[in-house]
Amino acid sequence: MTDLAPAAERAPAPLATRFAVPGRIAVDAPQAGEWQPATLSAIRRETDRATTFRLAVPGWPGHLPGQHLMLRLTAEDGYTAQRHYSIASAPDDSGHIELTLDHVEGGEVSGWFHTEARPGDRVEVRGPVSGFFAWPGDRPALLIGAGSGVVPLMSMVRHHRARGLDVPLRLLVSARTPEELIYAGEYGPETTPVFTRRAPAGTAVGRLSAAHLAPVLAERPAGGWEAYVCGSNAFAEHASRLLVAAGQPVDRIRVERFG
Amino acid sequence: MNVTRGFTGRSRARHPGLPPGQYDAGDDWPVLSAEVTPDLAPEEWTFRVDGLVAEERTWTWAEARALPGSVYEGDIHCVTSWSKFGVRFSGVSLDVFLDAVRPDPAATHAVAYAHTGYTTSLPLADLRGGRAWIAFDADGAPLPPEHGGPARLLVPHLYFWKSAKWIAGLRLLDHDEPGFWEQNGYHARGNPWQEQRYSGD
Repeated sequence: MTDLAPAAERAPAPLATRFAVPGRIAVDAPQAGEWQPATLSAIRRETDRATTFRLAVPGWPGHLPGQHLMLRLTAEDGYTAQRHYSIASAPDDSGHIELTLDHVEGGEVSGWFHTEARPGDRVEVRGPVSGFFAWPGDRPALLIGAGSGVVPLMSMVRHHRARGLDVPLRLLVSARTPEELIYAGEYGPETTPVFTRRAPAGTAVGRLSAAHLAPVLAERPAGGWEAYVCGSNAFAEHASRLLVAAGQPVDRIRVERFG
Repeated sequence: MNVTRGFTGRSRARHPGLPPGQYDAGDDWPVLSAEVTPDLAPEEWTFRVDGLVAEERTWTWAEARALPGSVYEGDIHCVTSWSKFGVRFSGVSLDVFLDAVRPDPAATHAVAYAHTGYTTSLPLADLRGGRAWIAFDADGAPLPPEHGGPARLLVPHLYFWKSAKWIAGLRLLDHDEPGFWEQNGYHARGNPWQEQRYSGD
């Protein structure tokens, strides 16, 4: 990534144009692949708003933590609706993937999941897509999420745990209240929850701040942190500014914004 | 056809401007960028066209704003499936910049690059003929930083990842050189009407 130096200070670039933060993995055509049937096998309530849907996908080609997929519903008359969703489960879940969806008011696809869906129902998925927000489990990972933005980060936490990886991994997860914290029962010492409206006794209430980041950044793992930020645009802006202000290199920050 | 039990979906009165697989985002304009939004003041912004051209050039903010203005009023389509109808962008037609640098006849493609380092690749033909702009304003107000302000590329007939935010320049090439998302599995051209989302579509 180039910095914001005035144009005059920038060396004339050669014709090879390689400016961007590289993707974590090469993604070739077959990975996006074809639409595949998926069967809902289990439904697990996480919070009042968020529910996890477990899908059996016999032809799933596998994914890396942090990747997402496209999901399509088809009505009797052939009408279809499709959306992108992050994958919540770790890769080593043979033939199954899990999605955790917020119930969006009036949501055409999430509305079906939250009001109609039951085990045995069939949908279609395509993916995984995008290698940019992927984490193969190699570099130290500093994960920062809010609300359902924790979903792709949880795939990384689960992968880290399932493989017993030694590489450092930390998760800062923001929720409004303890009741709204998704996967609350699954976090371990790698996780610091941040509560913005109401917190358990003994925990401060407040927005993610430089004070939350400082101790993690001070760990300075070998090779440096690769930061993954996921949440609403407002949260992503806030968290990425905090990281930059605290000295995290801008080309080591990967951002996924929920529209 | 794999019918999903109990799924009826929204009204079938489809907006004729909605490409296949897209939905109407209504008043929302979701922000999708994989990078940190840069703190880029108009005075720091520049736009350069180089590569296979007769005369490479760099415009400052003041120089670019002094060029004849042009407006696009229409729809935009994001590969993540939302479309937004009737957005009014104002800026300068890319033809004005390209005419000034006189592209070499051998030039067939361009890499658009941003002040952040983001890149995207496009066939040169998609940037010609009054179909692409450098946009400064949206719906009558300066483009907010998170939407690419102070200036973004606007190529509304392709999926919106081609419309690079915080545009810094175009490099004209005699071959296709995949940009950021194109290297991450996305389609080389990205025509929403042919649903060219991912490579191989």
